Amino acid sequence: MDLEKLEAKLIQAARNQPVSSHVPFAFEKRIMARLGAVRSMDLAAFWARSLWRAAAVCLAVSVLLSLWSFTSHGSSETITLESTVLSMAEQLSDNW
Amino acid sequence: MADPDTDLIQAVLAGDTAQFEVLVQKYSPRVFATARRYARREVEIEDIVQEVWSKAFQKLASFRGEAPFEHWLMRLAVRTCYDFLRGHQRNREHTFTELSDPERDWLDRFGADPAGTSEDADAARALVRRLMDMLSPKARLVITLLEIEERSVKEISVLTGWSVSLVKVRAFRARAEMRKCLAKLNRNAYL
Repeated sequence: MDLEKLEAKLIQAARNQPVSSHVPFAFEKRIMARLGAVRSMDLAAFWARSLWRAAAVCLAVSVLLSLWSFTSHGSSETITLESTVLSMAEQLSDNW
Repeated sequence: MADPDTDLIQAVLAGDTAQFEVLVQKYSPRVFATARRYARREVEIEDIVQEVWSKAFQKLASFRGEAPFEHWLMRLAVRTCYDFLRGHQRNREHTFTELSDPERDWLDRFGADPAGTSEDADAARALVRRLMDMLSPKARLVITLLEIEERSVKEISVLTGWSVSLVKVRAFRARAEMRKCLAKLNRNAYL
């Protein structure tokens, strides 16, 4: 069998075959309804994503502050800071 | 010449989304015809077309008006059809022992008298569909656009987003793949 001729024949068969452009009844209404639903979902999804991101950031800040608070408890820097602030306050109260 | 759809598109982008329905009504026949080249079941065809319109709506702001809206939409449609083919790759190892009797008869008649065998026969069309189903998504897309729809390499490049040289390479490989499938057809038709 001549495969080149077979190929040409089958391609011609495909070219000759008309392709239907039929659109189902009220298809455009379904599309518009679907787009409306997608838009509403997108707004909710946007809020959900934003809130989750904010929660993640708050959690990270809390963890960092906790770590800092835990590791700096009783450190010399804290004592120095604390005593400096308090000594200033004492001075102020003495002068007052 | 200004695109007649520009006003509709501007209205949709300005917030009057109801105008999008006019575009859907106008171009859905063309999109359905495109989708029917790549899918057979009506459910799948409708899914493809819905996906095309969903993407068109989401990406409408990116339409720059340099080419007619229809061209932009057809690019979206072709790429959506390609995604569909990639997502629905079935087992393409059709053995030609599955050929129906009319298909075998047609091949027998073709073997005896190639010129006298009608390409408009239902069996010929069934064989073409079988052949297309056997091809990889890339090959099927290129063969459909290049051979069946008789588009130029440049048009295919614009529709698919592939470079011209890539289209040529893929066309070469697609033709080779199709020849392999036809050889298999030839071998198995006489089993």
